[in-house]
Amino acid sequence: MAKILEKRLIRYPDVFYYRINAPLISRKAKPGQFVIIRLHERGERIPLSLADINSEEGTISLIVMAVGKTTTEMSTFNVGDEILDICGPLGQPTHIQKYGRVILVGGGFGVAPLYPIAMSLKEMGNEIVVIMGARSKDLLIYENEMRAVCDKVLITTDDGSKGIKGVVTTALKQELEQSSANIVMAVGPAVMMKYVSETTRPFGIKTVVSLNSIMIDGTGMCGGCRVSVGGKTRFACTDGPDFDGHQVDWDILINRQKTYINEERGSFEAWKKRHVFAICE
Amino acid sequence: MTENNSKETILTRTPIPEQDPAKRRSNFDEVALGYTPEMAMKEAARCLQCKRPLCIDGCPIHIPIPQFIKAIKEGNFEKAIGLIKTASFLPAVCGRVCPQEDQCEKNCTLGKKAEPVAIGYLERFAADYAMQNRNGADVKIPKPTGKKIAIVGSGPAGLTCAYELARLGHKITIFEALHDAGGVLVYGIPEFRLPKRIVAHEINLLNEIGVEIVTNAVVGKLITIDEIMEEFNACFIGTGAGLPKFMGIEGENLNGVYSANEFLTRANLMKAYAFPEYDTPIKIGKRVAVIGGGNVAMDAVRTALRLGAREAMIIYRRSANEMPARKEEIHHAFEEGVQFELLTSPVRIIGEDGWVKSVECVRMELGEPDKSGRRSPIAVKGSEFKIPVDVVIIAIGTGANPILPQSTRKLALNKCGYIIVDEETGQTSREGIFAGGDIVTGSATVILAMGAGKKAAKAIHEYLMHI
Ligand SMILES: Cc1cc2nc3c(=O)[nH]c(=O)nc-3n(C[C@H](O)[C@H](O)[C@H](O)COP(=O)(O)OP(=O)(O)OC[C@H]3O[C@@H](n4cnc5c(N)ncnc54)[C@H](O)[C@@H]3O)c2cc1C
Ligand SMILES: Cc1cc2nc3c(=O)[nH]c(=O)nc-3n(C[C@H](O)[C@H](O)[C@H](O)COP(=O)(O)OP(=O)(O)OC[C@H]3O[C@@H](n4cnc5c(N)ncnc54)[C@H](O)[C@@H]3O)c2cc1C
Ligand code: SF4
Ligand code: SF4
Ligand code: FES
Ligand SMILES: [Mg+2]
Repeated sequence: MAKILEKRLIRYPDVFYYRINAPLISRKAKPGQFVIIRLHERGERIPLSLADINSEEGTISLIVMAVGKTTTEMSTFNVGDEILDICGPLGQPTHIQKYGRVILVGGGFGVAPLYPIAMSLKEMGNEIVVIMGARSKDLLIYENEMRAVCDKVLITTDDGSKGIKGVVTTALKQELEQSSANIVMAVGPAVMMKYVSETTRPFGIKTVVSLNSIMIDGTGMCGGCRVSVGGKTRFACTDGPDFDGHQVDWDILINRQKTYINEERGSFEAWKKRHVFAICE
Repeated sequence: MTENNSKETILTRTPIPEQDPAKRRSNFDEVALGYTPEMAMKEAARCLQCKRPLCIDGCPIHIPIPQFIKAIKEGNFEKAIGLIKTASFLPAVCGRVCPQEDQCEKNCTLGKKAEPVAIGYLERFAADYAMQNRNGADVKIPKPTGKKIAIVGSGPAGLTCAYELARLGHKITIFEALHDAGGVLVYGIPEFRLPKRIVAHEINLLNEIGVEIVTNAVVGKLITIDEIMEEFNACFIGTGAGLPKFMGIEGENLNGVYSANEFLTRANLMKAYAFPEYDTPIKIGKRVAVIGGGNVAMDAVRTALRLGAREAMIIYRRSANEMPARKEEIHHAFEEGVQFELLTSPVRIIGEDGWVKSVECVRMELGEPDKSGRRSPIAVKGSEFKIPVDVVIIAIGTGANPILPQSTRKLALNKCGYIIVDEETGQTSREGIFAGGDIVTGSATVILAMGAGKKAAKAIHEYLMHI
């Protein structure tokens, strides 16, 4: 059981910030790792990345985008409510060292897990450029947090409502052409990470991506999260989630993410019929 | 029983009532329904009460078999369970899933001339009877010794070790990675063979005798063995062999291809059979192929049928005789309409739009016996053919999970990643750290894991009382 200590709506109507009481996890967790939660007895197990770790207060933070049944149901959980199961920290931490100039690329909720990574990179003395993309300026998250730690913030919007008009790879390409980088790290939807990897490939810049395959146990027991990297089968939950983006077979990942699309839609619709829910902070 | 019919009675065992195959293939209720007290007493009367009971030698944990059977024969079921519990902590589980035909019943003297005594069914009867007619723990706990022992993994090895040590007055904490305790008993073996309420009952008993179970605790991630050793006097590792193996053939990452562990975990632990009432989805195939011939394969194929597959088949590269699954399970699968493609091996899985469409196989012939004494299969050239399926489940075995060994200093492992221990004590290369069950032997059986947990408990007790 883990109690929700703080909840904020950080982007209307579907992205929420939670600070959760998890002293043991916070003691061990490192940027790039994740937890698996189960909301209640009938719930499924879903992975969520750590968006902040505070070992002194014994808390972790999660940023959750409501996309389907479980994440939407979680959005109805409020301060004081308890999440039945929380397991972690899982996965390998992102490798942090002095690289020099680092470009971080975040899309969707992916900007959130990049935040603790950016902080650790900063502590190691790296120069950090962050590229954050969204369809429109209202959909951006974590801009202020990122501005506080990064040396340069580039924003892209599909509709041009803020920053560069276009997608993250537009800005990434420009940035790499103007001044290079020692490493690129990307977190976001698989398609975005795929195109980020394609963009950096001709520049020969190492690109680390955080793979979000479907998971259950998160301990290497089921193999459901398997991905193909460099022609080898790897388990994203234990070997990853970080992998070399240039080696990933993206088509397999993107295809496998769709395995339960029909079932997921059905269960979400059924849930919405049975629940009236209001969004509150 | 009169003398007249005793001859016949003694030759054939009392059958156990079972759910009708046609009905049970579409529900998850238990297949075998269990003896009534009359049936149990009748079966118990078949036991010869041998002076030298070889059956006991066949039981890895040496249950006093003739004694408990005598008590059943006399209608003293309380006494029977009391006798069993002196040796076993999970009789309701073992009575159901032990490969009795290779153990206690294989050795039964009666078995030389007739059918052996149904020791497993009787054990199950006594355990179920006790469960229905009594509640609460009947274990007396001595004064606390003040020693704290950590147990990693809550499968049969860890649970047994915990039970034995708690009975000696030690303070036990179990760390379990998943959200429910029980190991394979809850995530692997399906409801229709081992109802989860039975496992829950036994685990509850541990809670009653003061064992603390911490779930969602992945040792090696949340806490390391080294940290555990700072806080506890000793530790037992029973993390099982839960790493699924894949074949490395083309198409293995298509949608619709599962490891047996994933398929069974979704169905059992996560109750995907009750989707969408429970949130975890599972692909219900119309035609399902399960690759492998062990207990795990039988569980997967029978689960697929129950989820609603129209056809489900086993693809196995050797012949029926070599199948490692229990005969009873193969028989049950057959009765339920599972098809068997024997002497057949998959070559690749063929997909369309990212989904499984068929599995291409090749026929096999049996060649010379290999090291294990089994005749090894050889592919027949040009015999390739395709079986149309939409779900493929791979049940070709598991390996050692690396999370714990990788995070633990100086823990000696063999080349496959299993922990090396002293055969007699379960002692690992590190002082105060013991291990047992599948993480030492590789995939084996519930009873062997329990035996290892028990042995280690004894050694841990001796170790703690002498330091
Ligand atoms: C390592 C990792 C870290 C993640 N971190 C975050 C995060 O910080 N914030 C966030 O909002 N989301 C995160 N996700 C994604 C999140 O797990 C899914 O959005 C969530 O499971 C969707 O559940 P649902 O029932 O609401 O939606 P559904 O409608 O059931 O699913 C929507 C889509 O999410 C994916 N998904 C579904 N079930 C799972 C599952 N068990 N495991 C992984 N993906 C699944 C599928 O591609 C699916 O099509 C992460 C995923 C991974 C693998
Ligand atoms: C589908 C299936 C059917 C089977 N059928 C039979 C049968 O009919 N009869 C029979 O005798 N045997 C059967 N077996 C084999 C039997 O279940 C196993 O041999 C037995 O469960 C092994 O027990 P164990 O305690 O060593 O490990 P497990 O039962 O595997 O339990 C290990 C536990 O440790 C936990 N764990 C792992 N790593 C960590 C970690 N780092 N930190 C914390 N916890 C951890 C796991 O989550 C798990 O709960 C079957 C196995 C399967 C998979
Ligand atoms: S525990 Fe298993 S081997 Fe021992 S008597 Fe019972 S069924 Fe037979
Ligand atoms: S060997 Fe068979 S007949 Fe003899 S005591 Fe054991 S169960 Fe009874
Ligand atoms: S989620 Fe099961 S092995 Fe990774
Ligand atoms: Mg879902």
